[in-house]
Amino acid sequence: MSLLEVKKLTKNFGGLAAVSMVSMELNSNELVGLIGPNGAGKTTLFNLLTGVYQPTEGRIDLEIKGKKQSLIGKKTYNITDMGLGRTFQNIRLFKNLTVLDNVLIGMHAKNKVGTLAGIVRTPHFYQSEEKMKKEAIALLTIFNLEDKVAERAKNLPYGEQRRLEIVRALATKPKILFLDEPAAGMNPQETADLTALIRQIQRDFEITILLIEHDMSLVMNVCERIYVLEYGRMIAHGTPAEIKNNQAVIKAYLGGE
Amino acid sequence: MKQLNKTNLGWLIFILVAFLATQLLVSFGIIDAFYEITLMTILINIILAVGLNLIIGFSGQFSLGHAGFMAIGAYCTAIMTIKTPTLVGLFAGILLGALIAGVVALLVGIPTLRLKGDYLAIATLGVAEIIRIAILNMGSLTNGAAGLSDIPYLTTWQLAFIFVMITLIIVVNYIKSSAGRATIAIREDEIAAESMGINTTKYKTIAFVIGAATAAVAGGLHASYFSVIRPADFTFMKSIDILIIVVFGGLGSVTGSVIAAIVLGIINVFLQPFGQLRMILYSLALIAIMIFKPSGLFGTKEFMISTVMKKQKTKTPTKKEETK
Ligand SMILES: Nc1ncnc2c1ncn2[C@@H]1O[C@H](COP(=O)(O)OP(=O)(O)OP(=O)(O)O)[C@@H](O)[C@H]1O
Ligand SMILES: [Mg+2]
Repeated sequence: MSLLEVKKLTKNFGGLAAVSMVSMELNSNELVGLIGPNGAGKTTLFNLLTGVYQPTEGRIDLEIKGKKQSLIGKKTYNITDMGLGRTFQNIRLFKNLTVLDNVLIGMHAKNKVGTLAGIVRTPHFYQSEEKMKKEAIALLTIFNLEDKVAERAKNLPYGEQRRLEIVRALATKPKILFLDEPAAGMNPQETADLTALIRQIQRDFEITILLIEHDMSLVMNVCERIYVLEYGRMIAHGTPAEIKNNQAVIKAYLGGE
Repeated sequence: MKQLNKTNLGWLIFILVAFLATQLLVSFGIIDAFYEITLMTILINIILAVGLNLIIGFSGQFSLGHAGFMAIGAYCTAIMTIKTPTLVGLFAGILLGALIAGVVALLVGIPTLRLKGDYLAIATLGVAEIIRIAILNMGSLTNGAAGLSDIPYLTTWQLAFIFVMITLIIVVNYIKSSAGRATIAIREDEIAAESMGINTTKYKTIAFVIGAATAAVAGGLHASYFSVIRPADFTFMKSIDILIIVVFGGLGSVTGSVIAAIVLGIINVFLQPFGQLRMILYSLALIAIMIFKPSGLFGTKEFMISTVMKKQKTKTPTKKEETK
């Protein structure tokens, strides 16, 4: 089976079906796009997949060591621990903490040092702190943030905050990474650079990335497959070439304007 | 050994200097018997404020129940030392108090720490009241509203100083560990913290339990120094007193809590001659500080030996250059 399998997922907010009968599959080691007009339900789908919302109906199964595991009813932190990382459309960094601390917090759950070891400062504690710091700086270096280690997150320029959020999500060692409009608010050059970087980390880290992006042409250039949502429904799915010529998609995008 | 690195050595020297300075003030009679009460109050308040700051300022959970946990420690220590009036009795009482307070905090924390903001404040307030009313109704064990008197004097300021240091080491080491960072992340953004794989209820509860246990230690010292305790000493007003120190010093600054406990202790001494006017002046001083420095004396900043040592290092070469 595929790495992540979503079947007939539905989320109603009162009378509004924000996500309706959505099915999708993610395989290991691929970069997949998720597009759709404003209010299509993209963020809601992310929130369902990461346990922030519980679905009204449907199934979400993750393959772990050859076995299917349902994510329904699981807590967000459990789901992260099982290998699903994410960023937020409205940046949610730990604003008052340093860039380094933001990344170290991402590493915490997978760092097996007990609370007590930290209080009594065992040698193991010092070793793991050093190891975590090294790893964190290595990750930050990939995103050209190594000079900002001691800076408070809120003092970074907007584009760097977006990059830091990706680093922080990578720090949780995800198998699947959900990026919610990582290039929002960036200029075309920054957007192009970031997209290239996302492509590169997907390959280097050998993870699966599901990328929400407004700019259709960008997604077309880097994604192997694309899902299209409109009014909570999955209206199309296919390769960039197929999506480009899909009548429903053209209508959704042109009709919306 | 890593434990004996420069920073820790720096702290050790700093603590010894603080201790010796206080000892000198006492030896030369500058801190006389009267001022010793102030000194003890300050030391006890440091423990209370640092513990409450861990809960409110670091994990971001608004608790108004600190006096309840203090009461547990006070009564445990009182009962224990009345039966066994030795240092062993004192330590056993304080330890048992901390343990019971910790267990109560654990049992209370797991359901209530899921509540947010105001709801949590009300819930913790309720818990403290329940503890106080339970103590009121424990018959001869706690002696009801009259409280316990003739509790053996077993505490000295030196002993309290040591307990302050133990509290500071535990709290600061916790904050500056991976678990501590996870706890602070909850304060910063709970949803983001969950998405980082952090079990937020767990770390809120740990902070709550550590805070409660240290409050019990402070209560134990209080009982054994002042020799008389009544349930009325541990009302809502006591929790507010501690909260004032924490806010005054800065939510999220251990240094702030320590300095605030000292400053407010000293202000109280100077206001002593004003009698009834004292509380008004004290309140005015608080209002003034909150207007001019709304984030408290220190905000979230900390005094750190390592930065002081770094500054020393950068200073030395410039001096050498000057002599050339
Ligand atoms: N918590 C909520 N309660 C009620 N309605 C919600 C909630 N969250 C989202 N919605 C609604 O669900 C629909 C889908 O919203 P969602 O944020 O998922 O869209 P989106 O595709 O991410 O849009 P955008 O491109 O603007 O980010 C919208 O109509 C939105 O108003
Ligand atoms: Mg969205």
